[in-house]
Amino acid sequence: MSEALTIEGLVKQFGGLTATDHLSLSVTEGEVHAVIGPNGAGKTTLIGQLTGEITPNAGTIRFAGRDVTGLPVHQRSMLGLARSFQITNVLADFTARANVALAVQAHQGHSFRFWRKAATDPRLIGPAEEFLATVGLADRADIAASSLSHGEQRQLEIAMALATQPAMLLLDEPMAGMGPEDSARMVEILKRLKGELTILLVEHDMDAVFALADRITVLVYGRAIATGSPEQIRNDPDVRAAYLGEETGDA
Amino acid sequence: MQMIRFGFIALVMLALAAVPAVATAIDEPFYISLFTRMLVLAIAASSLNLVLGYGGMVSFGHAAYLGLGSYVVGVGFYHAANDGMDWALNGWLHLALTIIIPGLAALLIGAISLRTRGVYFIMITLAFSQMLYYFFIGLERYGGDDGLSLWYLSDFGSVMDLNDDSQLYYLAYGLLVLVLFILYRLVNSRFGMVVRGAKSNERRLMAVGFPTYRYRLVAFGISGAICGVAGFLMANQSEFVSTSEMHWVHSGDLIVMVVLGGMGTLFGPVLGAVGFLMLEQYLPELMEGICHIIGGNSCGIAGEYWKMVFGPLLILIVLFARGGIDGLLQGKVGRNV
Ligand SMILES: Nc1ncnc2c1ncn2[C@@H]1O[C@H](COP(=O)(O)OP(=O)(O)O)[C@@H](O)[C@H]1O
Ligand SMILES: [Mg+2]
Repeated sequence: MSEALTIEGLVKQFGGLTATDHLSLSVTEGEVHAVIGPNGAGKTTLIGQLTGEITPNAGTIRFAGRDVTGLPVHQRSMLGLARSFQITNVLADFTARANVALAVQAHQGHSFRFWRKAATDPRLIGPAEEFLATVGLADRADIAASSLSHGEQRQLEIAMALATQPAMLLLDEPMAGMGPEDSARMVEILKRLKGELTILLVEHDMDAVFALADRITVLVYGRAIATGSPEQIRNDPDVRAAYLGEETGDA
Repeated sequence: MQMIRFGFIALVMLALAAVPAVATAIDEPFYISLFTRMLVLAIAASSLNLVLGYGGMVSFGHAAYLGLGSYVVGVGFYHAANDGMDWALNGWLHLALTIIIPGLAALLIGAISLRTRGVYFIMITLAFSQMLYYFFIGLERYGGDDGLSLWYLSDFGSVMDLNDDSQLYYLAYGLLVLVLFILYRLVNSRFGMVVRGAKSNERRLMAVGFPTYRYRLVAFGISGAICGVAGFLMANQSEFVSTSEMHWVHSGDLIVMVVLGGMGTLFGPVLGAVGFLMLEQYLPELMEGICHIIGGNSCGIAGEYWKMVFGPLLILIVLFARGGIDGLLQGKVGRNV
């Protein structure tokens, strides 16, 4: 199996604080690779550097066999790297359908098309409704994103990421703030995507992580203290000491 | 509520279409020029609405494009009158150049301004427009500070005669309808969705793969080009070109018109321009009249202080009528703050 994403020697400093500390990591094509770690470990900062919103101080990021370290956000998206945000980040005043349609549109060539109505364009609406159905929002297409429930907005996030037809998804705590019911639904959605896409999953919900992940990397103070299968991570003494033990109380 | 809204807008457009006939019938030609100004400013405000209302870009320098458009006419007139270059009066040439020159200026100014956000964007667009303002003041040849009276207007040969107030009015009316139609297509197209999406959440748009800067820039250029056409009409209407039209105060007036009428709605700026000029025209008389009714003396002075009422009145409308006049028509009464 080849590597979808390879990170080498990544460093990000905010003033005196090192949020990413000489991090090296590789994600194999097709796997769900979870990144866990306590709050402030640098997980969101890592995703920001992968998408291009945050510029690292050092290190390289290779995606799909190419060095993307210096590429702007939109170009990485074009290469097939899609993200969802930890804090829901959708177009609040657009309908769910319009949100996804815009993501579809982004990957159908340039948008310097000035005349034809977008809202009735079957090339946008067709795929948009399919992606909404994929995440279980088919019957919520006409609702403004701001009027969707928190859980539904999280699902919309995923639909928008999928609509860019990515090779790899970067999910930043997709279950953040969700109740158990919504979480379970999200796990189901992600299970269906597993195998079709490479997924980097940042998540606090350990049940979800162990249900989905093929491999897990544990991040503490910006450094990877362990990488391995869920079994290995569960039994790793360093991990238990630094993180898992206190989080799950697992004996 | 939508019925009331569409009915009202249709009524306004129909009433506007009838202005020259009515003004001629009641022998008050003054109304034609007042309403031509409304149409002209409706076009300018609509152009601003594309970037401000739909794109969330608060340009505080749109008077510059209005001024550039009018100077195309002024400069053409100057060379026709003084250097015998008759072709420089050609109306089609004026029209083309009032699209191209302000459009290119907006692209240039936008290319720099759009790298900034928020207050910086407001200040930098303001600074560029003031630069152009002082540049034209320095151009002594074309009248400098005093401006330039136009003895000849843009020449459309036998097609139309802009010296005829009614014909100029209908040209303005036709151009306004055309501009509204173009804007309608534009804001609902794929391009328009990107521009509106970037207003709603630019970060999200970049994350799904849009190089938003380019789209915002093109919208800014289109806006400048349309505003230039308003400048072309303004020069022909006032038969005068001057730097005062480029002054930042007029950029502010355009913003007020857009907000007053309803940002990000197609007809809002038209209603805003009509409302703004109506208030400007009739508020002094109204205040003088009220003064007489309540039995005050020296009521002439009351009329002169109309601006002290005008400003706060606009602020109240903007603060308390969400979505401006268009919002009121949709029944969206509520506070903006
Ligand atoms: N823009 C920023 N400026 C300064 N410090 C930041 C910034 N973003 C994150 N940090 C700091 O970097 C560390 C890692 O943050 P983050 O990546 O959000 O952690 P996580 O997602 O793992 O909870 C935290 O200590 C946080 O306060
Ligand atoms: Mg985080």
